[in-house]
Amino acid sequence: MLAYIIRRVVQSVLVMLAVALVAFALFRYVGDPIYAMVGQETSLEDRAALRDALGLNDPFVVQFIRFVGNAVQGEFGISYRLQQPVMELILSRLPATLELALVSGVVAFVFGVAAGVYTALRRRGAISTAIMTVSLIGVSLPTFLIGVLLIWLFAVELQWLPSFGRGETVVLPWGWETGFLTPSGQMSLILPAITLGLYQMTLIMRLVRAEMLEVLRTDYIKFARARGLSNRAVHFGHALKNTMVPVITITGLQLGSIIAFAIITETVFQWPGVGALFINSVRAVDVPVMSAYLVLIALIFVIINLIVDLLYYAVDPRLRIERGGVRH
Amino acid sequence: MTTPLLSVRDLVVEFPSRRGTLRALDGVSFDIAPGEVLGMVGESGAGKSITGAAIIGLIEPPGRIAGGEVWLDGTRIDTLAPEAMRRVRGKRIGMVFQDPLTSLNPLYTIARQLTETIRTHLDLSEKDARLRAVALLDRVGIPAAARRIDDYPHHFSGGMRQRVVIALALAAEPELVIADEPTTALDVSVQAQIIDLLKEICAERGAAVMLITHDMGVIAETADRVAVLYAGRMAELGPVRDVILHAHHPYTRGLMGSIPTLDHAADRLVQIPGAMPRLDAIPQGCAFNPRCTQAIARCRVERPALRPVAPNHAAACWLADDAEPAHG
Repeated sequence: MLAYIIRRVVQSVLVMLAVALVAFALFRYVGDPIYAMVGQETSLEDRAALRDALGLNDPFVVQFIRFVGNAVQGEFGISYRLQQPVMELILSRLPATLELALVSGVVAFVFGVAAGVYTALRRRGAISTAIMTVSLIGVSLPTFLIGVLLIWLFAVELQWLPSFGRGETVVLPWGWETGFLTPSGQMSLILPAITLGLYQMTLIMRLVRAEMLEVLRTDYIKFARARGLSNRAVHFGHALKNTMVPVITITGLQLGSIIAFAIITETVFQWPGVGALFINSVRAVDVPVMSAYLVLIALIFVIINLIVDLLYYAVDPRLRIERGGVRH
Repeated sequence: MTTPLLSVRDLVVEFPSRRGTLRALDGVSFDIAPGEVLGMVGESGAGKSITGAAIIGLIEPPGRIAGGEVWLDGTRIDTLAPEAMRRVRGKRIGMVFQDPLTSLNPLYTIARQLTETIRTHLDLSEKDARLRAVALLDRVGIPAAARRIDDYPHHFSGGMRQRVVIALALAAEPELVIADEPTTALDVSVQAQIIDLLKEICAERGAAVMLITHDMGVIAETADRVAVLYAGRMAELGPVRDVILHAHHPYTRGLMGSIPTLDHAADRLVQIPGAMPRLDAIPQGCAFNPRCTQAIARCRVERPALRPVAPNHAAACWLADDAEPAHG
């Protein structure tokens, strides 16, 4: 068990180093940062001095090690555009994105699993057919279009929900700015959360359905029925747990992409999260923010992957080999 | 014979398909007395497993019982409501499946699967159910049952798993055990042990057994009576000794010819020419007529009914009386 965890952690560190290399390379290949930082009338000598002061003339390896060392301490430099420490910027925007991702992730998972189980158990029902048809729309419509349609329907036509922003927010004692506690914050969350979660929900639903149908055909389900166990025990005790093994993996990875691809939803709804920050930074070639964002998203993916692997381990006893494998 | 425990009358099972309705079972009738072992033989696809599934009420839709009756100890069970039938399964009819490697849910311990089954049918506390489970495991020959009970299925070998499956099937003291090819997936070396265990444990509890197999050798050693199925129809039914020594149906004789013996060193085993017809192409008259070496004109036109050829012995063959005179 311990060896397994250590191995996974080492792998994660290697992945993070590779991502750091890409993030670092951004500085060197996405334009000259000096060019973006100084005015037109700065002399060549001043530019050279600045270059020197920023350590841009040092060998590649030295610069990279310095970059990694700083990154580990959460130090990604100063934003070119906003002249604020990058980490501070990101941390101030992160709660908005995480709250949005959390809500849409939970909604996608709960409704996805419920609808998947339902459509698997009532394969031929009218409601199942309806759900499957609607889910096709969820899979095939692009996120921004769903967002725009929702805004048009619920914000413009019906005027039930706000069309942009986070509404009023409350700053919690440890600096976390939350929209959960105010009515306008909650109202503002609904449309973006649906937009962001719809695709994941249909994906999870289709996956759960397919897996569940597969599991329901297995011998141990037949045997469970032959032993007279109730439908409830067979479906939710035996079948669902076996269904969840692959679903956990996909859901975990999807949670990562919800955070990463919040960019589009945040843009459509002008949601003040890291995704919007990233898009604005790209426009301004604000390289420190871009590279920090890249590293942050990679870190989230790696951590989620690690958690998923450990969950796998908890759910499936066959992976726990510490007891000596097959005994006779 | 005393009042039968199980009585199957003119059972018809149909599967609707694109090319019309397929009859998997066509007018099968037989009885099983309390404590009796009935062997059911036939080639793959003859309808052996379907018969078992029909009795226990687990025919996979769209398949359905299209006619006939199934009586268990004076109660008609094929028309029971699903919930009432569920209480019959496991409690009054136990079932053992072919492949012990896939019959157990891999994510739950043996203890959990046993106590769950016991508590579904018997009003016992978790603790008492566990004690009973340990006793059962001990009885089916799992060494150190009290300790092994908390292991997962993958900790056991195939033979041990089939012992666990038998314990599960017998957990609520059923009056009838349907064993569907219980040894086919096992090593030859453990097949005999499992059959002996099944027979012994059912005998000591007074449970009748319906032993489905394509192995005439197993039937010869284990069963009291034998039913021979061909293309979903009963070909011959009678006491094991009579059927083996004085088979009246040419198909049964063919089956007997396929048993290797050590007495007379035959170079080749006798085999029946041709293959069993597909369910959508069952010939007119006797289903066996295209493969039968003794077929007469009548066999190709008119279907023979199962009729007595000797005391307790019946065969569905026009030639039954002439081909082999009924013995004393």
